[in-house]
Amino acid sequence: MLLRHTPDEIKERKALTVNPAKMCQPIGAMYAALGIHACLPHSHGSQGCCAYHRSTLTRHYKEPIMAATSSFTEGSSVFGGQANLLQAINNIFTIYNPDIIAVHTTCLSETIGDDVNQICQKARDDGKVPEGKHVIHCSTPSYVGSHITGFANMVKGMVKYFSESTGEKKNQINIIPGWVEPSDMREIKKTAKEMGVKIVLFPDTSDILDAPQTGHHAFYPKGGVTIPELKSTGESKFTLALGSFASEAAAKELENKCKVKYKALDIPIGLSATDRFIVALSRAADVDVPASITDERGRVVDIITDMQQYFYNKRVALFGDPDHLIPLTEFLVDIDMKPVYIVSGTPGKEFGKRMKEVLKDTVPEAKVKNGANADTFLLHQWIKNEPVDLLIGNTYGKYIARDEDIPFIRMGFPILDRIGHSYFPTAGYRGAMRILENILSALMDRQDRDALEESFELVM
Amino acid sequence: MDKIKILEERKKQIYYGGKESIDGLFNMQCEKQTVSGSISQRACVFCGSRVVLYPIVDALHLVHGPIGCAAYTWDIRGSLSSGPELHRLSFSTDLQEKNVIFGGEKKLHRALCELIDRYKPEAAFVYTTCIIGIIGDDIDSVCRQVSAQKNIPVLPVHSEGFKGTKKDGYRAACKALAALVGSGSTDNISCFSINLLGDFNIAGETWLIKDYYRRMGVEVVSTVTGDGRVADIQKAHGAKLNVVQCSGSMMPLAKIMEERYGIPFIRVSYLGIEDTSSALYEVARFFKNKEILRLTDEVVNGEVQNIRLPLERYKRKLKGKKAVIYVGGAFKAFSLIKALDYLGMKVVVVGSQTGNKDDYRRLKEMCGEGTIIVDDANPPELSRFMLEKNADIFIGGVKERYLAYKLGIGFCDHNHQRKMALAGFEGMLNFAREVYSSVMSPVWQFAPRGEKAG
Repeated sequence: MLLRHTPDEIKERKALTVNPAKMCQPIGAMYAALGIHACLPHSHGSQGCCAYHRSTLTRHYKEPIMAATSSFTEGSSVFGGQANLLQAINNIFTIYNPDIIAVHTTCLSETIGDDVNQICQKARDDGKVPEGKHVIHCSTPSYVGSHITGFANMVKGMVKYFSESTGEKKNQINIIPGWVEPSDMREIKKTAKEMGVKIVLFPDTSDILDAPQTGHHAFYPKGGVTIPELKSTGESKFTLALGSFASEAAAKELENKCKVKYKALDIPIGLSATDRFIVALSRAADVDVPASITDERGRVVDIITDMQQYFYNKRVALFGDPDHLIPLTEFLVDIDMKPVYIVSGTPGKEFGKRMKEVLKDTVPEAKVKNGANADTFLLHQWIKNEPVDLLIGNTYGKYIARDEDIPFIRMGFPILDRIGHSYFPTAGYRGAMRILENILSALMDRQDRDALEESFELVM
Repeated sequence: MDKIKILEERKKQIYYGGKESIDGLFNMQCEKQTVSGSISQRACVFCGSRVVLYPIVDALHLVHGPIGCAAYTWDIRGSLSSGPELHRLSFSTDLQEKNVIFGGEKKLHRALCELIDRYKPEAAFVYTTCIIGIIGDDIDSVCRQVSAQKNIPVLPVHSEGFKGTKKDGYRAACKALAALVGSGSTDNISCFSINLLGDFNIAGETWLIKDYYRRMGVEVVSTVTGDGRVADIQKAHGAKLNVVQCSGSMMPLAKIMEERYGIPFIRVSYLGIEDTSSALYEVARFFKNKEILRLTDEVVNGEVQNIRLPLERYKRKLKGKKAVIYVGGAFKAFSLIKALDYLGMKVVVVGSQTGNKDDYRRLKEMCGEGTIIVDDANPPELSRFMLEKNADIFIGGVKERYLAYKLGIGFCDHNHQRKMALAGFEGMLNFAREVYSSVMSPVWQFAPRGEKAG
């Protein structure tokens, strides 16, 4: 047993995180920045941070990930990283020639007190930023929040830097998708198109992190939100911020800066959250929901109806990011499953509050924890004390699944050992169908595996 | 892509081969800090320490810092264990803003005590990260206190990310290891005994190599650090010889042990038939024992016999194919060149993250004119060279894999993510099979490399 070192007895921990259910801010900022067209993310810190984030994203997406680093030395940590960043900006525009450099900080540059805003301004003043090119930045200290916080900060940075309001309103809606996969972003764009709504989706990693194999490597792939699009977000009619943890900060900033009103709602994972998203989008854009989408919803409901006996009362443990877990838990409740254990390393009181709303009438016994010491070690201990029928989470769940012999579905970040997440959405009605298929396959494969010969069924 | 620029500062770190050399002469610059703004393939000091020590399976590995450093290094390197799996868990003090302001020593102390009480490990390693170097936690003193309280070795590893390169991380790790060596009893250790330094048991490679020595009648006292045990390392000074692989990481320890205990060391490699054979023979010759020599003959001949025929099949298909090598330490590149040469392949580009001048001189001698040699390369450079030389396969690590694929070029992982043992005789066959399967994959007919230059 790989996790034989996990004891059943749960003791309070104050100083320690074991097998975390989170990562640190900079990787989120890097992922968000990759969703801008022709943008090179830049890590202002030691080389290792950048190498680790690139490796982790590479393993998850199976794509080359480009990002630069300030390569701090002992000298820079004493005298500050200004010289490094100025040189970096100059070198990056000279060699890699992006349209935008998106700088994020690290625990190191934050703690020594580098003023990145001022350094970027100096680069502009000194003429290190060529005409028509941009340097944006955000602050992402690793000792605050999680990777989700970093994502939120970088998206907010995009608004701060680019969004403009000329007083004129464009007939378009902003959608901030939150930390979702390229497949989900593609799905959101498809849905909006189907409804006849013009949207600006930012960030947008589709066609960047799911680039086709052509025998060609585009250093800046064709996807990503463009600079004119980002500028125009200030003239949009409305903003939908999907997932309050990853998207609301940017939406709020946009409202303050350009008076674009927003609504924060859940990422459209599962039936109810997708319903709310479709309604919100149709209202914001003042369009009707086309029959094709209603039909799609009908097919989701059809699957749930057909297979209801397999979902009923199954105990589920899940871990990952708050913006995913909230609608996913709601979906599990909707299909009559029992999400009993839910863990996220990302801090924030909103999470507990929302979970309580979702679970209080249906699964009052559910255990929910996020923030400090909410890790997969704790989740494993809960499972050891009272087992579950299904586990949903990122790749690191496979240790628990193996040790406790539990069916396991991979969802979240990172997924280091399977493919699919880049190509098949979990958002929207089509995404809901995929989640249902995955749940059923996991449970029914298990039933087949464990069935005694005399009760092994052909038709299920 | 053809037109990518190479920075003035970088030109001396690239040898362009033959007539077209970038600065005309062979005077490679290396061991330099990476230029700010590079998309460097290099990592940091912490990374170096972490990968070297992590395979010690019955020790506690606690990362003192914000969560990232522990999260990104959580079981990413397949170092296998024949016993405990404690090394596969991720322990972090998960520093928060208030700890950064008021210091993290108390938190570290509590975390250590809690973990030691729960797991009763044989030793504990405490890794420092960037931020510890700035806020100035005195981890040496915390380690001393806990060590006295709990009565096990608690070793600080000074691996602040910004204080050098990965190599400095190896040095910090070796320093911690050296503190363990010498405290165990050396009774009953054979006079034909060695330590295996610098193999990390990825895909079970340490086990393969250990078995050769067992069959030669040579006792392996400790494996540092693949499938490593604290107690074995503590008595490592009882061995008569240190056999050092992956010289980049373990040379500092070998040198310390030579000074302190007079144990000589040899540098070897287990990649390819030639290097594996000469490693085993060199060890055998060291002991000047006829029986060991006879057994070594037996092992080498038997093993070579087993793989010769199946290798011929791959050799026929791979003859004349062109390879790019980009590795961490240059030492590995030497062996790879020989192994590829055995397969009839030509190395057209070779580079490393941390090679030194001698390494690069030797690479040039081995490859001859026309091979591009590069230090601390970035992805656009690698892409350009791959395409220029019309390479058939790239041998490197995770960050290069998908770059090569995108260009329609095969790939073989010779780093943390290899899933088959590539060391030893059996490993040579696996290596040939991996190279063959990627170079000859039918997928390339759908994404022809010819279109790449575009």
